[in-house]
Amino acid sequence: MWLSALFAAFTAVSGIEYQGDAVKAMQADSFGNPGLLWVDRGAELWKQKCAGCHGEIASMKGVSARYPRHSAPLGRVVDLEQRIQACMPGLAWESRDLLGLTALVARQSNGLPISVDVSGPAAAAYDRGRSLYLERQGQLHLACTNCHDANVGKTLLSEPISQGQPADWPAYRLEWQSLGSLQRRLRACYFGVRAEMPAFGADDLVALELYLADRAKGLAASVPGVRR
Amino acid sequence: MIEGRLRVPESVKAGEPFEVRVLILHPMENGFRHDAGGREIPVHIVNRVACTYGGREVFSVDLGTGVSANPYFIFFVRAGQGGELKVEWADDTGERGSASANVHVA
Amino acid sequence: MKRRIFILLGALFPFAVRGQGFSSPADAAKWIAETTGGAIPGKAGIEIELPQIAENGNAVPLHIRVASAMTPAEHVKAIHVFAERNPRPRVATFHLGPDAGRADIMTRVRLGGTQGVTVLAELSGGRWRVAAQNVLVTTGACLDEGSL
Repeated sequence: MWLSALFAAFTAVSGIEYQGDAVKAMQADSFGNPGLLWVDRGAELWKQKCAGCHGEIASMKGVSARYPRHSAPLGRVVDLEQRIQACMPGLAWESRDLLGLTALVARQSNGLPISVDVSGPAAAAYDRGRSLYLERQGQLHLACTNCHDANVGKTLLSEPISQGQPADWPAYRLEWQSLGSLQRRLRACYFGVRAEMPAFGADDLVALELYLADRAKGLAASVPGVRR
Repeated sequence: MIEGRLRVPESVKAGEPFEVRVLILHPMENGFRHDAGGREIPVHIVNRVACTYGGREVFSVDLGTGVSANPYFIFFVRAGQGGELKVEWADDTGERGSASANVHVA
Repeated sequence: MKRRIFILLGALFPFAVRGQGFSSPADAAKWIAETTGGAIPGKAGIEIELPQIAENGNAVPLHIRVASAMTPAEHVKAIHVFAERNPRPRVATFHLGPDAGRADIMTRVRLGGTQGVTVLAELSGGRWRVAAQNVLVTTGACLDEGSL
């Protein structure tokens, strides 16, 4: 099938490569990357609430690279935000605290290749994510693959289309003027094709995240990302 | 309390200008955005940032709505005797914030 | 090359280039005259750096450098930034002085569309310098209107 041939030749390229020089510079700015304001908050919270059990933040190295993953205690596949929410109830999606902790933990895996396990209990979610990725949705009747595989590098209203990689998320989106989660970005994609947006934390969004993480296999994380 | 971060070099040479970087967490609402219910979100901006060093104000900014959200400034200060460099900021509701660093003059 | 693609796109899809939303630009020349009190600013000794094409108007990097020894006798007192098509064209005013050591500032500004940005430096002794640059502000296809 031609889709398999397409995936066989696939090399994962980070979304930062499809941004302009100003955005690249913003992401690379080790002080002025706006996402670091959320990381600072995460570091504060870590000291207050997490260090007691988890010790130093450096102990989280490599953790985010394996997410989303199936959690036996929770009985389902969860992404990093959900795992943190399970540990510390009361953190709302897109709240400064949850974004801060997620970005702080995620960036401990910066430079490490994404490596998720899609076998066994995660297999059903992976299959669901893959079928969502390939399924045409919304009034514009587009599937993720229509843009993010078939038209990568081509411009859509002057903007180059990326592969839709998850590695640099949570990311500071200039359009939002804020740091945001990958789920927020995926919801925005649903909005983009004029489809109903799944709720934050929906199984479909986690399934899609799992599929994207597997598709990104080997790509190094760089959190917080910056995108236009 | 408006959060922010500040960076000065580890050590500076007497009499030489050194780089100061400050990044402030603030939405800088310009009054033109609408919320999900269609209501205008009112103007809410940091309108002043001031840097003092050696007890004197050495740099300041009057900001308007044309400064980006999460304002970022890189500027220079001439190294004197060393001591505390403090950057303070305030928004149009009276909320304030600050960050300070010790400047070591080599 | 990117610029040519952009211009072609701009011709085919004029709505891809923001900036025609505000009817006419505020008068930069009038603003300069008001700010300097009529003094004519020079063009030498001031440099500004802005991207030619800004991918998103929300955060456009602006770098300003004014050549000055920054001594008590000769220094930059203030720098004023003006964006002619912004709904409020006065973007920011920076106050310096000899203690700054160098008149070199970087910040990120919001540009509501394609427009000219003008920077006026006020020096001691009642002298003024001006620099200006046009910035093309593009907008992408995949906007979610900031929705959560």
